[in-house]
Amino acid sequence: MSWTEFLWTTLGAILTLCTFSFLYKDNPFYKIAEHLVVGVSAGYFVILLCFTGLMPKLITPIMNGSWWYIIPAILGVLMWFRFSKKLSWVSRYPIAFYIGIATGVAIPVEMKNRINSQLFDTMKAPNFSGDWFVGVCDIIIIIGVVCSLFYFFFSKEHKGVFGGLAKVGIYTLMIGFGSSFGYTVMARISLFIQRVQELRNWVTLTKTRTDFTIVLWVVVLVIVLLILMEIIKHLKRKPAETVS
Amino acid sequence: MNMFERLGKLDRRWIFLLLAVVCVATLLTEFRMPVRVSREVRSIYEFVDSLKAGDVIHVGIDYDPNALAELHPMAYAVMEHALKKDAKIVLTTLSQNGAGMAEQLMLDIIDTMKVQHKKDIKYGRDIVFLGYKPYYSIVILSMGENYRIPFPSDYYNTILDSIPIMQSIQNYDQIKAVIELGSGNIIDAWIADANARYGVKVALGVTGVMAADYYPYLRSGQIIGLMGGMLGAAEYEQLFQKPGTASEAMRVQVSAHVVIILFIIFGNIGFFISRRKGGSVV
Repeated sequence: MSWTEFLWTTLGAILTLCTFSFLYKDNPFYKIAEHLVVGVSAGYFVILLCFTGLMPKLITPIMNGSWWYIIPAILGVLMWFRFSKKLSWVSRYPIAFYIGIATGVAIPVEMKNRINSQLFDTMKAPNFSGDWFVGVCDIIIIIGVVCSLFYFFFSKEHKGVFGGLAKVGIYTLMIGFGSSFGYTVMARISLFIQRVQELRNWVTLTKTRTDFTIVLWVVVLVIVLLILMEIIKHLKRKPAETVS
Repeated sequence: MNMFERLGKLDRRWIFLLLAVVCVATLLTEFRMPVRVSREVRSIYEFVDSLKAGDVIHVGIDYDPNALAELHPMAYAVMEHALKKDAKIVLTTLSQNGAGMAEQLMLDIIDTMKVQHKKDIKYGRDIVFLGYKPYYSIVILSMGENYRIPFPSDYYNTILDSIPIMQSIQNYDQIKAVIELGSGNIIDAWIADANARYGVKVALGVTGVMAADYYPYLRSGQIIGLMGGMLGAAEYEQLFQKPGTASEAMRVQVSAHVVIILFIIFGNIGFFISRRKGGSVV
């Protein structure tokens, strides 16, 4: 591996450590990493939009004589009138145009995708012909959906049989939220694991060459010094200033 | 103040530290954690395994680097599997920060196929990367009409008609399925715009946070399979018999979850003890 590649990998490792330092408390190293991400992402996205959208979809066609591309360009410019208090009404025309098209495209597919397909699937009879477990799941889903709907029916007091059904509904919702929470915990741990795997790969890489190993020790030394400085600062602080 | 009450008032940074130590220690220890393969992952594996030589699949790398931990292992496993079956891959990214990452992924896989599977994968003949285009819904709808509308050229500015793999592809009719690996609303657009409108088969690989939300689509047959988070990737790696970073991470996941569950149990015991004593429960 060349020095250039190694430096990029090292920068990644250092920025990872800077980001993790936030778990202790907010600090300048974390701020550097945070601002770097936001700045680089914003800059990258602007350039990307220019070269993947503006240039091939507007500038080049106009330059090639397709003058009618000026019409959507004008509509786009009209959006900027939102910044003027007096003329902000002008921006409603492109917004209306945009929403009209988006709604026209979205309604039929969303109707089929999120409503019809889901409704038909819920309404079908339990299937015990193959795996019995599938049939049991079908029944659980029907009960869960109906009871959850009862829970969201607020025109009648949740008492008696109705209250019991609503209670089954809330348990169904809680099981759903619980599974989402479980998956979220797994996702967050996954992010941490991946970063630790990357740090491990970086440490392994530093062992391949003596000059790389020196960089590793410099980084370790800086981290140890920073931790020591923080400990000394903490010890010097008066008891009243110590945050529990 | 007993142990449980002290735990309730413990500075959260100690929990972070303990969790970090457990994760790092488990990662440095070598042991395999058995992974039970779910039906939804198996169905994707079986679909890819049933591909014949020359069949084309579309792989959507629709995530940013912040979801790389969970979705990259899926991408490696699925694409290597497809290429091993001599299928062809059309690669796109509709996520703004995904283009560079997707290109690197493709180049890595081409290398891996050469070194590990002794297969010479040629860009343009076996795999093509069309790059990034903004406004995913419009791009997905346009590809349903003709790939050349949103992507007149590939990532390297080569005209699509001069790329061998694209010469036989007009739209989704020539694609066996879309394997969408995503971490945002782009997934909904693939289901709504590609599956509902054009009827192309869609299989999903999503982040753990999103996985539970997509099971209804699996049941209704709108998607043919679902890989959820790192576990989904580990399951696929197990089926493909090539344990990678996701399989390795499973032992860390288990130990981290054990720590979290123990803290939840201790926290709840402390909560009930405090409540019984009539103290503050917050």
